[in-house]
Amino acid sequence: MTRYALNRLLVGLATLLVASVIVFSVMEILPGDPARLMLGINATEDAVVALRQQMGLDQPVVLRYLHWIGGMVVGDLGRSYTYSVPVLELVAERAAVSLPLAILSLLLLTVVAIPVGIFAAARRGSAADAATMAVSQIGVAIPNFWFALLLVYLFAVWLRLVPAGGFPGWSAGPWPGLKALLLPAVALALPQAAILSRVTRSAMIDVLGEDYIRTARAKGLPRAQVLWRHALRNALIPVLTILGLQFAYLIAGTIIIENVFYLPGLGRLIFQAITQRDLIVVESVVMLLVASVIIVNLIVDLSYAIVDPRLRAA
Amino acid sequence: MNIVKTIMAATALASLVAWGAPAFAARDTLTLGVVLEPPHLDPTAGAAAAIDEVVYANVFEGLTRIGPSGEVLPALAASWDISEDGKVYTFHLRANVKFHDGTGFDADDVKFSLDRARADDSVNAQKGLFAQIDTVEVVDPATVKVTLKQPQGSFLYNMGWGDAVIVAPESAETNKDKPVGTGPFRFDNWAKGSSITIVRNDDYWGDKVALAKAEFRIIPDAAAAIPALLSGDVQCFPFMPVGDALAQIEADPRFTVVIGATEGETILSTNNKKPPFDNLKVRQAIAHALNREEIIAGNGSGLGTPIGTHFSPGNEAYVDLTGTYPYDPEKAKALLAAAGFPNGFKATLKLPPPAYARDGGQVVASQLRAVGIELELIPVEWADWLEQVFKNKDYDLTIVSHTEPNDIGIYARKDYYFNYDNPDFDKVMADLDATSDQAKRNELYGQAQRIIAEDAVNGYMFQLAKVGVWDAKLEGMWHNAPVQANDLTKVRWTE
Amino acid sequence: MSDLAFAAPPTGAATFLRRALRNRSFVTGLAITALVALVALVSFFWTPYDITHLPVAERMKPPSASNLFGTDHFGRDIFSMIMIGSRNSIAVALIAVGIGMGIGVPLGCAAAARGGWLDEAVMRFNDIVFAFPALLSAIMITAIFGPGAVNAIIAIGIFNIPVFARVARAGALALWPREFIMAARVAGKGAARITVEHILPNIVSLLLVQGTIQFALGILAEAGLSYVGLGAQPPMPSWGRMLFDAQTRMMVAPHLALFPGFAIVITVLGLNLLGDGLRDLLDPRLNRER
Repeated sequence: MTRYALNRLLVGLATLLVASVIVFSVMEILPGDPARLMLGINATEDAVVALRQQMGLDQPVVLRYLHWIGGMVVGDLGRSYTYSVPVLELVAERAAVSLPLAILSLLLLTVVAIPVGIFAAARRGSAADAATMAVSQIGVAIPNFWFALLLVYLFAVWLRLVPAGGFPGWSAGPWPGLKALLLPAVALALPQAAILSRVTRSAMIDVLGEDYIRTARAKGLPRAQVLWRHALRNALIPVLTILGLQFAYLIAGTIIIENVFYLPGLGRLIFQAITQRDLIVVESVVMLLVASVIIVNLIVDLSYAIVDPRLRAA
Repeated sequence: MNIVKTIMAATALASLVAWGAPAFAARDTLTLGVVLEPPHLDPTAGAAAAIDEVVYANVFEGLTRIGPSGEVLPALAASWDISEDGKVYTFHLRANVKFHDGTGFDADDVKFSLDRARADDSVNAQKGLFAQIDTVEVVDPATVKVTLKQPQGSFLYNMGWGDAVIVAPESAETNKDKPVGTGPFRFDNWAKGSSITIVRNDDYWGDKVALAKAEFRIIPDAAAAIPALLSGDVQCFPFMPVGDALAQIEADPRFTVVIGATEGETILSTNNKKPPFDNLKVRQAIAHALNREEIIAGNGSGLGTPIGTHFSPGNEAYVDLTGTYPYDPEKAKALLAAAGFPNGFKATLKLPPPAYARDGGQVVASQLRAVGIELELIPVEWADWLEQVFKNKDYDLTIVSHTEPNDIGIYARKDYYFNYDNPDFDKVMADLDATSDQAKRNELYGQAQRIIAEDAVNGYMFQLAKVGVWDAKLEGMWHNAPVQANDLTKVRWTE
Repeated sequence: MSDLAFAAPPTGAATFLRRALRNRSFVTGLAITALVALVALVSFFWTPYDITHLPVAERMKPPSASNLFGTDHFGRDIFSMIMIGSRNSIAVALIAVGIGMGIGVPLGCAAAARGGWLDEAVMRFNDIVFAFPALLSAIMITAIFGPGAVNAIIAIGIFNIPVFARVARAGALALWPREFIMAARVAGKGAARITVEHILPNIVSLLLVQGTIQFALGILAEAGLSYVGLGAQPPMPSWGRMLFDAQTRMMVAPHLALFPGFAIVITVLGLNLLGDGLRDLLDPRLNRER
């Protein structure tokens, strides 16, 4: 197991490194001069040159890459050109919105999808199963941002249960913050839940067809126990695989959903930084998101080892 | 269907109202919504209007300041004398002025600020304001003498710009993060991406302000602004991105809605040196093809004043020249044919991000198509716009709102992106610089407006409206925007 | 994943057709997809209104007999906009699937045929591409080239590459040990020739099913990109962009947001049903079960 884990870890690190080179080189060829943008339309040429020097934009590319990546390792992400504060500070502020949002929707997603999938599998062929599958089929087809718009209209504008957008900040206490994240999390989670519930269902159906499950039932073990203890455990591998993939969708999804709800998260930061040509912020945020996808996939890979005894032995 | 819509809208509104405003124990705090987050807070090192919208008149003060109607008022200079030849300005400074960090203010700070702004390595975005300054001398701690290279009628006005505020040598370098000025408010906190807070300065030299605390919350567009306003989270939007919801808000007695004027001439900027736009007939044809009413209506709230030249209708020197080339598609076609384009031609239209450009551009393209000019719409970010259009003049047409006050002088700049060159106009500008008599200046401004209108330098469309919305119990907010600022010095709650 | 099965040996077109017509997912999916394709085709010749003309005075009219879905903020007919917008959705998603297949399938097949370092390299490449969600690639591409429909195609296309590489590789790997391949090898055929002559025809059904699914995902992704302003640009109508324009006006005119959303859901639903149906039909193992 340690060899498997070590192997995955190395692959993960290599992926990170290559990804960082890609991100940095892409940002290098961006057009537009951040110095000119900051000074605005009536700025004189020498003012722009002076600011470029001040920002260190005149150094060679390789040096800047090494500086960036080296800093990243020790937690120094550099300084934002436009805000002239440490990028880490900016990112931490925004991550305090995005991360809870992603986690909340991941939670919602699992809590809704897996029981529904198991339920449908257990009652396979019934009207309830058919209805669940029909609803999930539609759910898969709904774009999350449109779903979000509908939710805003229904719950915020019409029923006024939650705010329509914006974020009060955690300083106002955990409850107002959570309340502001609830609708976005639902909008993110439900379309993905439709996918996961379908996967759970078919994985469960596959497992329930296996001989050992029939044997267990024949031995007189209670139906619920067979379902939850024996079947679910073995159905978890495909479910985990999809969940790992879905995390990438959730990350990308938060960027869009933050735009619907005006949440000051990483997604809005990245759009803002792009329009202001704040390269170092774009680089850092993209890298951070990419890294989180890689890390989650690594965790999924490692958890196979825990779930699947065959891999554990290897 | 319409009744259903009305009921739905009413329900929506009523439901939002019911959220309830947070209770204010003592009403001396205010939360304002602003559209753009400033990149930093030093008005002497950036052109972004968003900086001035927070700090102008509140945190920083200059020798003079611009008042609510665009007039020049004394600020850190209590008074001034102008020499006979109009070249020497002697400013008498106020006493007992302190910067927020406790350091004193005197003539040395003025000399430092002006010299810093016009230095070679200055990053001041409006260096042109200081171009005529020859020397700045400290006469005594309370007196500064500024000598100009030649008389400049707009010098006192220029000194009132946000870019010309007085800063202290001790804090000049850190003003971007921690602005230290002399104003009635002190900078308190900046939560990046969400809000900026300023608090009352109890050591202020002048009248103390009524508000103890003001928070500028960054709210980028209508979909977020409207709920924030209706819920009471934000009590004031000096410049509200209201879009199509204006009627709803106007009907709500809890709010004051003020439609004011801005300095934002929204124009179809034209590359005057690039064929076929170097042909006057082509530019006249474009002018005749533009239907200003439709362009304004297509911009959302349907607000905006049609203009026929590059001047604010709120200014006393304004001349209404919208009739110079009235909307007349047939005439436009005839002019195009006369210019050698009987079947029209193709061109590009570069559109920066604001809605007036992106939405307005579609209406303009549809109107020009009707006379045979096929426009390809190219959306660009501000950075690309600055690089391609403004700096490299690589464009045919673009739409942009020129929000700098009193900026008709840009038509005399040879390297300006319009690529416009008319000696007659330059002469008027030179005369203006040498004239300080207001009536004569207005007369010259009129001439300048006529020249560029007749030359159809750009497609003159409309003056951006300032839709101010605030709690009906709030008073003292500016109605117009002669400079981009949210002067809170006279703002108070009436209850 | 679990769909590593191959097309049953042809049992005659008539039987296949009969089975197809009995498959409800397939029939419904095909009908919806055909309808969407038809709408897109018709839009080239006819729409109820000319959307290049902007009758601003008619803006934001609710649905009525003359404008079935109402008008937008420029007074354009939303029904006509949706008709023309379908072209953009279909074109972007289809080309993106083409890119994914065109690059991913050769990669996957080569990895399976050669094994060893090439296989390892392809898999690592997959890992890296998978780490960039389509939206992030789109953001980076847009940052360089500016927004536009082409960026959306590239971003979604890149995202599709590892998907097809994996499916092709898994399918090919399962085929290589089979007897008829062995026979071909013994007959002296090279790996490339075997791949073209024997492997590809046998994984076509897998690729077809995956292609349908990626097509549906592509439509969703394109809508998302256009919604945040990274996809198709005005005046080209696109469903995502229409939703963006609708957002700030929803309190006044909810119909602006409803119809483009329905268009997306129906199209994606149709494609997903078609994909499910195809899988049922082409997968002999599932046939027995259902």
